[in-house]
Amino acid sequence: MLASDVLVAQNVGFAIIAAIMVIGALRVVTTKNVVHAALWLVVVLAGAAAQYILLAAEFLAVTQVMVYIGAVMVLFLFGTMLTRAQIGAEKDLNNKNAIIGLPIAVLLLATMLIALNDGFKAEKLPADSPLVTTQQVSDQIFGIYLLPFWALSFVLLAAAIGAIVLARRD
Amino acid sequence: MNAVLLASDLPYWLQSIFRVVGGLVAVLLPAGTVVYLFLFKMLSFMQSRLGPMEAGPYGSFQLFAEVGKWLQKEDIVPANAQPEARIFKMAPLIVLASTFLLVVVVPFGPDALFTDFETGIFYALAVSSISVLGILIAGWASANKYSLLGGLRAAGQLVAYELPMVLAVVGVVIQAGTMNLQQIVVAQNTGSMFGWDGIGNPYVLTQFVAFIIFMISVQAELSQTPFDMPIAESELVSGYMTEYSGFRFLIFFIGEFATAGVFAMIASILFLGGWGVPFAWFGWTTIDSVDNWMNFAGPLILFAKMMALVFFIMWIRFSSPRLREDQLQRFAWKVLIPISLVNIMLTAVLKVAF
Repeated sequence: MLASDVLVAQNVGFAIIAAIMVIGALRVVTTKNVVHAALWLVVVLAGAAAQYILLAAEFLAVTQVMVYIGAVMVLFLFGTMLTRAQIGAEKDLNNKNAIIGLPIAVLLLATMLIALNDGFKAEKLPADSPLVTTQQVSDQIFGIYLLPFWALSFVLLAAAIGAIVLARRD
Repeated sequence: MNAVLLASDLPYWLQSIFRVVGGLVAVLLPAGTVVYLFLFKMLSFMQSRLGPMEAGPYGSFQLFAEVGKWLQKEDIVPANAQPEARIFKMAPLIVLASTFLLVVVVPFGPDALFTDFETGIFYALAVSSISVLGILIAGWASANKYSLLGGLRAAGQLVAYELPMVLAVVGVVIQAGTMNLQQIVVAQNTGSMFGWDGIGNPYVLTQFVAFIIFMISVQAELSQTPFDMPIAESELVSGYMTEYSGFRFLIFFIGEFATAGVFAMIASILFLGGWGVPFAWFGWTTIDSVDNWMNFAGPLILFAKMMALVFFIMWIRFSSPRLREDQLQRFAWKVLIPISLVNIMLTAVLKVAF
């Protein structure tokens, strides 16, 4: 591998964003306030969007911002603020189940690593990976992945209707 | 297009400086003009008074005086909000950051643009929703019931009206066949109606329903009357802005009017042909054959169209009463969204048919 093949700026960018994401992810679980946790989660999700930009996956990055920061996190904050969101540090945010969570997290990570390693082995991304345009993404979704897309839409529709049925009093 | 000094010829650091300065101008200039012309002067004339007349000719320097006043004020954090002082101080910056992110994709001329983002309009809609975060945490960190209620109302309203806005834009995207704002401009100005290309094909004619829905949603996203429930002064003091003073209030204030300007720019790009004039007037065929002077005329044309749209936003703001919270939500979910869905369906059918 030639020295000129290494994308220095991109790697430095990746490292900085990844470090911010790791710190953010740790703060999500260690912070003493629910709203702070949600805001640190915003940092992690924005970092993921930045990584997509770094990989020239524009559409994916914008979708990440739109769906996760613009919708999911707003709903998170909305929900916590409507119910309980006190100012300042809060006690007993941790419960005993945290200990069970640890081995499960390790298990999940191991599964993912094995699956990735098994699936790709020594395969490498081409140095000049082709730019994926929005048109190609949509051709894929509405072409060969049409059926899964429909199935997903129906699941979401069912969930939305279910939520309305549960929330209605009459 | 040949002897032009393209931004890409310059070194990176010089480009970056140009971009930062350009972004500041593109955000602050419309905001200042809108505040002076509409908030100070038009509102006064509608109420049969003169408005500010002392500072500068016809009071045109009033805004500088106001900014100077705000900058001198003390940066107060309420006692109850002290534990969250950092978040309290951060919130207005998030709102303003969303405005600056928004202006990045706006094209001002054939070459006068910050970035030629392929997913332009989608990006604009995505980053505009970041401001909701700022408003929510501003309401929460103020440690004040009225502020929290204002923040929650704002979030509910912004989420509700983002949907019709996105759906209205889909009609334009289907017709133009692209999400790139620059190409949407070109598609409108090279288009023709039944073979006549005298005024191109501005989408305000073919997508009139989408245009109306988009403008209503903009009105709601900016929480201007009749959609100003979040800052309803008679019930919530000033909503999420209640506890802010000095330059943090100024940032909210700039954010509100700068976002009005940028949204009006985006609306004029989507529906009124943006920076362009119909290319047939000067015998241009594609974007590459557009003369260089459009890089200077383009921003002015866009600015004129923007001012026209902001005039309507402000006109409605100054002359209509406030909706009730439930009416506001019902209007979005039961009126605007179904209409915009029908609009998408019709556009798609017509697009395939022709």
